[in-house]
Amino acid sequence: MNSSEPILQITHLSKSFGGIKALDDVQLTLHKGEVLALMGENGAGKSTLMRILMGLEKADAGEIIFEGQPLKIRDVKDTLKKGISMIHQELLVVPELSVADNIFLGRETTRWLPGWIDNQDIYQKTENLLSTLSVALDPRAKMKYLSVAEMQMVEIAKAISNNARIIIMDEPTSALSDKEVAALFRIIKDLKAQGVAIIYISHKMEEIAQIADTITVLRDGQYVATKPASELDRNALITLMVGRQIDLLFPDAIRIKEEVLLSVRNLTQPGKFTDISFDLHAGEVLGLAGLMGAGRTEVARAIFGLDPLAKGDIYIKGQKVNIRTPQEAIQLGIGYVSEDRKALGCIPGMSVQHTLTLSSLKNYVNQGFIVNRLEQEAAQLMVSELHIKTAGLDQGVMQLSGGNQQKVVIGKVLLAQPDIIILDEPTRGIDIGAKHEIYKLIRQLTEKGIAILMISSELPEIIGLCDRVLVLSQGRQTALLPKEEATQQRIMEHAIHG
Amino acid sequence: MNNTFTSLFNQTSSSYKKWIQGVGTFGILLALIVICIALALCTPRFLTVSNLTIVVNQVSINALLAFGVTFVIITGGIDLSLGSMVAVTGVVAALFAHPDAYPLIVPLVMALGAGLMIGGFNGLVITKSKVPPFIVTLGTMTIGRGLALILSKGKPVSNLSDTFNFIGGGQVFGIPFPIIILIVVFILCSLLLHKTIWGRYMYAVGGNEQAARASGLPVEKIKMMVYILSGVLAGLAGIVLTSRITTGQPNAGQGFELDAIAAAIIGGTSTSGGSGTMTGTLIGALLIGVISNGLDLLNVTSYYQQVVMGIIIIGAVVLDGLNRKAV
Repeated sequence: MNSSEPILQITHLSKSFGGIKALDDVQLTLHKGEVLALMGENGAGKSTLMRILMGLEKADAGEIIFEGQPLKIRDVKDTLKKGISMIHQELLVVPELSVADNIFLGRETTRWLPGWIDNQDIYQKTENLLSTLSVALDPRAKMKYLSVAEMQMVEIAKAISNNARIIIMDEPTSALSDKEVAALFRIIKDLKAQGVAIIYISHKMEEIAQIADTITVLRDGQYVATKPASELDRNALITLMVGRQIDLLFPDAIRIKEEVLLSVRNLTQPGKFTDISFDLHAGEVLGLAGLMGAGRTEVARAIFGLDPLAKGDIYIKGQKVNIRTPQEAIQLGIGYVSEDRKALGCIPGMSVQHTLTLSSLKNYVNQGFIVNRLEQEAAQLMVSELHIKTAGLDQGVMQLSGGNQQKVVIGKVLLAQPDIIILDEPTRGIDIGAKHEIYKLIRQLTEKGIAILMISSELPEIIGLCDRVLVLSQGRQTALLPKEEATQQRIMEHAIHG
Repeated sequence: MNNTFTSLFNQTSSSYKKWIQGVGTFGILLALIVICIALALCTPRFLTVSNLTIVVNQVSINALLAFGVTFVIITGGIDLSLGSMVAVTGVVAALFAHPDAYPLIVPLVMALGAGLMIGGFNGLVITKSKVPPFIVTLGTMTIGRGLALILSKGKPVSNLSDTFNFIGGGQVFGIPFPIIILIVVFILCSLLLHKTIWGRYMYAVGGNEQAARASGLPVEKIKMMVYILSGVLAGLAGIVLTSRITTGQPNAGQGFELDAIAAAIIGGTSTSGGSGTMTGTLIGALLIGVISNGLDLLNVTSYYQQVVMGIIIIGAVVLDGLNRKAV
């Protein structure tokens, strides 16, 4: 490792999204042939930082020095040409094209006629590339027949063919077997030897210890520390990642009732989660904590009937039920506020009123026709109860701010009068004021005896609101912590170590 | 009932204002009026009661099909089997409509039932197999044509009863009966689309199917329903056509689906689903009828008429796209 001359130096980088600071005065230094692990909780700003570096986002302020020169980032193509490549977690490949076609997509060699692809040449180049990586793959093979690990190798080959001096890897091992991880690490070591610098994003502590030279930690969009990997043990690292005060933002808890409203046993969906069992009481907020990809949303979707269950039983108020569709779930008194309100909550072109009443429309019908007055009253009630800021009931729902859209989606669920509400990342991407209103609302609902299952990646939120916390790690439940024991430290331990 | 009608139109003018702005129903109405004025100035024969009656009478079959396909397109689907369904149901009606064979109700029920079954078949295959509606209804289009030829043994079915022939050719108080059918069906379809939960659900399914499912809507049922509606309305169109030409023609209805889809699209129904109104579709169908009538009166050959119609369809979609971007 050549620690004297940094290949990349980022200083004072800031970026806000609509008033929320995603990055605040962040720095990062990377040297030739170094593997730097970028660590932090979900939402710490890792992705935003990398997206800025790749030219997918524009920074508000700050400076990036690449190979001694200030880096002017125009777009992705420009970044690639300068020698910075990223292996995305969701691989971006064209399945119907060959390995070689994928590697040289947009940079094909041509001969004879403009646009006439010289296949001979790109196959030859691909073979050379793959042999330098010691990867045995047919350049002519269609991408869709490759395993995820092989596709990743192709992406790395593509990066090298771009003459990459820096390769960013975002959770590269999330879909790999142990053997494939070993092969990836061998290639990373080869790349290091050739002087390529690597920014490695991962939640897996074992891997970091194995592969990283340096660790940079971000938290809440701020730079925390950079240390040699050898100096940080797991616990020290977790403390760096979560070490912060919990805001006193949360209303007081209510007493939980005895009655069990929802009870699940051994819920299993192969490849997503295994043997999830818990009880949810009336008036309780049960937190579902874990890292991204731990299977939290998948559990919620399965309970709500959006995805089929392979195994396991669901009981509502002691009665065994079989939920196959969201329609059945809603009839049984379950409401679901999705983490993805654009995809699952809102319908483009629909007004605030029509969105609010969508799940409860049958209640406003007289002799087959919707009674506009009844529908309006219901929608108006939600607008005032939830303090939805809208120009009127006719306003298009997509024109509202994120926080107000979220309130409309919650209002839609509430109008169907559920006993059990699943909130999946209810405060993601909304401002602090709206967040607080949603916290208050959660308390009001539990006061009425409604049970809430809350998924959140924001630990302070989980700790502040939840009566108990169920921790998932890689699809398994690793702890069920009562409020007294649910500290950030302990939740993270269970989420990471299992 | 009176009350319901006024509130329907009140609603159309208030809470659907956004949609109307978005998809240009008002614009298309304006276009219709402008073209009517222009034609009236060009040829005195256009603006006469008898000519306008002919136009609306001619439009009625296309409008019935267009109402059905409007439901389908709003949910994000398409129905290419309309023309073939017109042929099958027309032949079925004719087979049961010979003089002194059955009471009038029999050919009607059989034809509507045939439309219901073919539409139901479309819906079933689309919801169960997840094959795109374009492909499924393309297949049904061919199947339907074959069935019409099989049922009629490849020959026109003629010799129909006078009572049956009244449907397409008769008049009540001087108004051609198809126009009365058109008005009644338009009102029913408007009420279904704009005043019932089913209509609302159709917009939701077409606007964002995933969100509709997550909101607890019976997405598959709604899709079944729109294809069945489309089939039944095609059955009605088949009855009117057969009765008008007093023959069940297995080769009838070719290309009707394209005219019906054109009417819906000109009327502001977005092919990507989630928007559209019955009023828009009615105006779209009238616009097509008025233009082809006007070009006839001006002695423009039908070759040119097709070019003009194509340009109007593309223009309508381009305008829709521009509106969408502006919103």
